[in-house]
Amino acid sequence: MKAKERAEIRRVHMPEANPEIRSRNTEEVNLGLTAEMAVTEACRCLDCARPGCIEGCPVEVDIPSFIKNIERGEFLEAAKVLKETSALPAVCGRVCPQEKQCEAKCIHVKMKKEAVAIGYLERFAADCERESGQVSVPETAPANGIKIAVVGSGPAGLSFSGDMAKAGYSVTVFEALHEIGGVLKYGIPVFRLPNEIVDVEIDSLRSMGVKFVNNCIVGKTVSIDDLKEDGFRGIFVGSGAGLPRFMNIRGENLVGVMSSNEYLTRVNLMDASNPESDTPVLTGKKVAVIGGGNTAMDSVRTARRLGAERAMIVYRRSEEEMPARLEEVKHAKEEGIEFMTLRNPVEYSGNEHGRVSHMLLQVMELGEPDASGRRSPVEVPGETELIEVDEVIVSVGVSPNPLIPSSVKGLNVSKWGTVIVNDETMQSDIPMIFAGGDIVRGGATVILAMGDGRRAAKAMDKWLREQKFSTSNL
Amino acid sequence: MNKVISKEYFSANVVKFEIEAPLIAKAHRAGHFVIVRIGTKGERVPLTIAESSVEKGTITLVVQQVGVSSTKLCALNEGDYITDLVGPLGQATHIENFGTVVCACGGVGTAPMLPIVKALRESGNRVLTVLAARTGDLIIMEEQMRKLSDELIIMTDDGSYGNRGLVTNGVEMIIQREKVDRCVTIGPAVMMKFVSLLTKKYSIPTIASLNTIMVDGTGMCGACRVTVGGKTKFVCVDGPEFDAHLVDFDEMMMRLAGYRDIEQSDMHKHENKCNAGTR
Repeated sequence: MKAKERAEIRRVHMPEANPEIRSRNTEEVNLGLTAEMAVTEACRCLDCARPGCIEGCPVEVDIPSFIKNIERGEFLEAAKVLKETSALPAVCGRVCPQEKQCEAKCIHVKMKKEAVAIGYLERFAADCERESGQVSVPETAPANGIKIAVVGSGPAGLSFSGDMAKAGYSVTVFEALHEIGGVLKYGIPVFRLPNEIVDVEIDSLRSMGVKFVNNCIVGKTVSIDDLKEDGFRGIFVGSGAGLPRFMNIRGENLVGVMSSNEYLTRVNLMDASNPESDTPVLTGKKVAVIGGGNTAMDSVRTARRLGAERAMIVYRRSEEEMPARLEEVKHAKEEGIEFMTLRNPVEYSGNEHGRVSHMLLQVMELGEPDASGRRSPVEVPGETELIEVDEVIVSVGVSPNPLIPSSVKGLNVSKWGTVIVNDETMQSDIPMIFAGGDIVRGGATVILAMGDGRRAAKAMDKWLREQKFSTSNL
Repeated sequence: MNKVISKEYFSANVVKFEIEAPLIAKAHRAGHFVIVRIGTKGERVPLTIAESSVEKGTITLVVQQVGVSSTKLCALNEGDYITDLVGPLGQATHIENFGTVVCACGGVGTAPMLPIVKALRESGNRVLTVLAARTGDLIIMEEQMRKLSDELIIMTDDGSYGNRGLVTNGVEMIIQREKVDRCVTIGPAVMMKFVSLLTKKYSIPTIASLNTIMVDGTGMCGACRVTVGGKTKFVCVDGPEFDAHLVDFDEMMMRLAGYRDIEQSDMHKHENKCNAGTR
């Protein structure tokens, strides 16, 4: 096929569940490409000599190679290529902001056309492999017997573990919660990322020899010194963004006002909307979600699924500045979510039982660009709105989990509570401790966390080899 | 999975469990709590550790059967396993030689007070413990407390055992009798509120150990937040102990009641299911 013919094929559309029906169940919204769609979409890739897409990918997946495998109908081969660099291809294919990464660097975009649907194809290949029952286990180097500890089983830790296991290390992951997967389990709802898919990717790591210990908090149950005594030679901290932020406004502690972390943890991790589950969750008919990020979209769409008649996004800037992925905003709108932009809550009031009943919104307008480059929201004096609500979910960001920084002496921590590391190597001031993901970034994405994990693995491997060299010279 | 080593009934619905948990036992300090989950559909419930033994590798929990989760936990027997147990969590109690300390506890609040009394005593404090309950049958761990304290005063609402009156009557009796340097209180929120009001009147620094609703217990969700001195604090990571005089107990009680309706209906469902099972 000639390049011109390839360029003329229109980008595939992801088949989606009907919004009317899906907003009342927990089925996955994106249904996945058919084999035919995938092969056609794969033909659009021009297999560039210097592929920009790989540069755009935080974990540097060999994108043209896996796509060309799909084009040839070698779907399982495509999955193998993905697994060489990504520990979680089925997850990335679903939750990565490809439009800002690999797809943004696609040659088609430079030609003012739509990028190759790399994310959809990644998901297709990973799903094909899983459904085929012939899941390949990446090759691992001969075991070197060196013990490595990983703190937290979220995307950073899993990605790090995969690469270290491949390099022959004996990896043990310590997880505070009862489930493995971190934010992939407690945060991202099943209609966007089904739990079974996360479990399959974790099983894949298990088959590479990675050990998982749940209900174990490093810094509480065991200390870093305990780990050292146990013979662990390197520690990777991927403990995530712990503390949800609140706005410190009046009425924020009323019953029915909660963080998106609490709401999503109850529903996702604890399965609270299932009558069989012992964990309760408050549900509302008029639910406001404060914030404009992906977590806010996840929360508001969850509220809709739990029966909210009015499910509202309240965001202080305009839709253009929203940090959420375009796809999430589109899906939310299809599901009947109301977008109340240029509004900021200033106060909540409650009924006689202390349950939230109203929110007072300050009307905003856009002023000059702020430090983030986005136009900053400014209050319109005297303009407020009082809206009836029975549940408010605050989704205005998170701060890093303080458990590790507060329990490890000598660890250099920023004023925001993030662990300070070398940008290239992810190594902290304590040489054996590396860190990545939200504990370093303070609140980012799954794929950036995974990228950190990969870089940390590469650097820790190098560091340990140097150590070995220097000790053998002693 | 952690094994139940022993089970003892303090009363019809208060149970003491000794649980195998060597790592938690080793790391435990007075004031710490754990999160417990029973069954794959279980809820994560915080419980303050009553005792730990590094030699035996065990921790002791005292559980009052009130809702679905505590009922499931209390149904466990020796040799059974707890699905999930994680800890120790929270900040340890600040222990130093304060002088004379009054420890005021009510109901199952007595259990988490035990390690605090012990630690205070070991640091050279004169420890006066006031142990309160609605009625004499509900007084627990009396002998252990008596051994660890310099003096033990028992108060019951109905006067069926010890002195008649509330925990606050016992505390005030001591305050009027001698100089008290510090007070620690653990029990139902309303009890701690009144102890706090009393000691505030006498300007005695007071610490309360709060038992709010939690989900993860590691600072992640904020379900446990309370207002302390006008600022929002997380009981799980900032607490569970706070300056009682600064705690907004009314707000805390309002938040504790937030799930009461759901919990009661769940309890009915659970009871019906259990009854159906026995028929």
